[in-house]
Parts: sequence; C-alpha cells; structure tokens
Amino acid sequence: MNETSAVPEIPPDTRPRLPRGVRLVHNEAQGGWVLLAPERVFKADAIAAEIVKRCTGEATFGEIVDDLVKAYAAPRERIAVDVAALLRSLADKKLLEL
Amino acid sequence: MATNGATLHKPLGLLAELTHRCPLGCPYCSNPIALDRRNDELDTQTWARVFREAAGLGVLQVHLSGGEPGARRDIVEITQAAHDAGLYTNLITSAVGITDKTLGALSEAGLDHVQISIQDSEPVSADHIAGYDGAFVRKRALAAEVVRLKLPLTVNAVMHRANIERIGAMVDLALALGASRVEIAHVQYYGWALKNRGALMPTREQVERAAVEVEDLRQRHHGRIVIDAVVPDYYARYPKPCVGGWGRRSLNVTPAGKVLPCHAAESIPGLEFWSVREHSLAEIWQSSPAFNAFRGTDFLPEPCASCERREIDFGGCRCQAFALTGDARATDPVCHLSPLHGRVTELAAARTDDAYSYRRM
Repeated sequence: MNETSAVPEIPPDTRPRLPRGVRLVHNEAQGGWVLLAPERVFKADAIAAEIVKRCTGEATFGEIVDDLVKAYAAPRERIAVDVAALLRSLADKKLLEL
Repeated sequence: MATNGATLHKPLGLLAELTHRCPLGCPYCSNPIALDRRNDELDTQTWARVFREAAGLGVLQVHLSGGEPGARRDIVEITQAAHDAGLYTNLITSAVGITDKTLGALSEAGLDHVQISIQDSEPVSADHIAGYDGAFVRKRALAAEVVRLKLPLTVNAVMHRANIERIGAMVDLALALGASRVEIAHVQYYGWALKNRGALMPTREQVERAAVEVEDLRQRHHGRIVIDAVVPDYYARYPKPCVGGWGRRSLNVTPAGKVLPCHAAESIPGLEFWSVREHSLAEIWQSSPAFNAFRGTDFLPEPCASCERREIDFGGCRCQAFALTGDARATDPVCHLSPLHGRVTELAAARTDDAYSYRRM
C-alpha cells in the first residue's frame, strides 16, 4: 500500500467548505495566496489555492475533482487522492469543514 | 532595506493594544508595570488610519487586545474599521465587559475570531487567579454566545504553578465550550509576570509532566481541537524566536500610540520608539530607531554569531536577554549554549509562596 492508505476516503457527495474565520486571500505584499485562520497564516501554493477556492460549500468533492481533472488534464484517480489528502489535512487543523 | 542595512520584511500581524484598562488583575499580565491612562488612548479615527496603513504595509491580521478591548466604548467602530481596511480581525478578550449585544454587533462588523482567556478549569481558583469574583461564569457565558454566533473560538489558558496540573481539564473545558483551538501558554516573564515570577514559576517535574500530557492530548483529540503549546521559557533548551525576528513579522501599537517591535520592548532602556501620532506606520517600520536596533542578526555576539540556529531563533528574546543579563544584545540566557544559562536555572528554582501582586492601574 502507498502512504495515502491511512487517509480516510472522502465521500463524493461531501460539500467541503471553509468555516467562518478561515479565508483564502491573495496578497501581493506577502507573495501570493495565503489562508488566514485564527491566529495563524498559512502560505498556499498555486495548486492548493486552486483546490481551496473550490471549497465553497456548494460543489461536492466529486465535482471539485471533475473540475480539476478538466483544468489540469491529469488522471482522475491521482487528482482524487491528492485533493482528498489536502482536504483531510486541512480538516484536521480545523481549517476546513467536511 | 531597513535603515540599518538589514533586509526589510513585510509585517504579517499587528497587535493593537486598544487600552490598558482591564477589570481583571491577572498576576502574569504581559502589560508593562507603568500602564497607559485612558486620557492618553488613541481615538477611533487614529486607529482606523493605523489599520489602513497596516494593510498597506502587508499586514494581514490584527489582534484587538489590551487590557480588555471591551473597555473601549468604540470597540465596534474600531473592529469595523479594521475589517474595512481588509484585515483579518481577532478579538483577544477576558470576556468580562463584552455583553452579548456587543458581541452581536462585533460579529456584524466583520469580526473573524474570538480568543477568550480562561484562568483555570476550577471556578474558585480561576477567579482567584484573575482577582475577580464571578469572572469564570461570565467567560463560560460569553464563550457559549461566541459559538452560538458560529464565530470560531480559541481558549487561551495561561499555565503556571497553580494550574499546570489541570492541563487535561482545561482542554476538556475548551472542548465542552465548543472551541476549535486551545493555547496552552506557559507564563512568559515580562511586565507583571516578572514581578510575580517566584509565585508563578512551576517546578521542573511539573513542566516535564505537562509536556508529556500535551503530546498525549494532541493525539487523543486529533482533528477535534487544535492544541498549540510552547515550552516554558526557563526550562527550554533553546530560546523562543523573538517575535519571529525583531522588526520582521509583527508590530505592536500601545494604547497611547507608541509602536513597538514587541509588547515588552519598552522594558529595554534607551530605545527610541516613534508614535503613530507623528509618523506613518510605514515610516516607523522602516526607519524608527527601535525597529532597527536589533533587526537582522549582525548585532549578535558569540555563541550566536557562528550558530547554525541564528536565523531560526535570532538569538532568542531581546527583552529576556536584557531582563536576565542587563545587556539586550546578549544571547538569550534561556539557551543552554549561553555562558549565563546557569542564572536561568537558579531563577527557575527560586520559587516563593508570596501572595500574587495583582495587576492594577
């Protein structure tokens, strides 16, 4: 098994969203995308920002993956695993609601 | 470039000490012994300008603090101004002095997050530490209202000899209140805490047990609550990085408008601080003598000068270096590599049973 086996799967109909108090902003002075959270600031790379931007509470996990597959022309399986790992890690830090 | 030749970074955070007035008397308060008076406090419009200037400098988050920020009658207007400037707004409160109605107005004004201090999980002890009867009950009530409004809540738990055995109960309390984050913050010895050091200092055994317990709690509550903790200074092997580097990541505006690299910086004699009453925040960040005094790492003596950690901890805390050695440029003696580290060990052992000297105006 690979290293992602420990990450519980995210059901495709889950609608991930940023909780109140967590915001993704683009800030030139700080060099790009940042996720603002209670007394913490996380730099987000371009890929993470593209994923988090789609976590509006409206799109389902399955739709977010589909959208990214189209945007990046990458294999669906791989994108699903990467997105799930990021979302799970954000949720563990209370930066995302699943 | 800063005017001392060091690289000029963009600040991320602004600590806005709106007032030094506070109903509580916590003996570990980090405010200076000489507190600013109400008559000297900046007005609403000046704070609004400071927030706009901060956002222009790159600041992303403002921490509305004090004293008790709720002691300001214009706290809602101030919060609104920070929000309008595009800043992420964090209210750091004792909860005493913020009514449900005020909280509702703050939420409407765009408040992003609330941090409530809780002195102990035991109500009687909590009120004794705060020096205020009934504080604990009011904190619980405001915390419930924060959660009801769906604002994110952090519980700030300052730990010292009187409550360090109850870290687990504090985390349970934070969970029961609906907090998404809890800070296990060991006392840092500046201001009033320095005055009360002997009465607050935990034992080494307590500190070691606490560290094990925090690790255990983190695993047990993984994904349910974020537990942020720092090792208590006097028992650390390496010093904490001075506010992420002096004049590098953050700035602090006092109630009267002085701009400091950190909240304790006025404890270092001879530094020249500039005020927002006379200068823009950008001018102060770049050129004020206090900000340039310890910017970068060139000022550091050995063993820091050749240490591979000098860009990690910047030689530790300047205020602590001064408080414990009389020289603000010295290696923070909390570091085990400091030639004066033995003094820290002695001070940690110098515990007293003195009554608290409560923080009062």
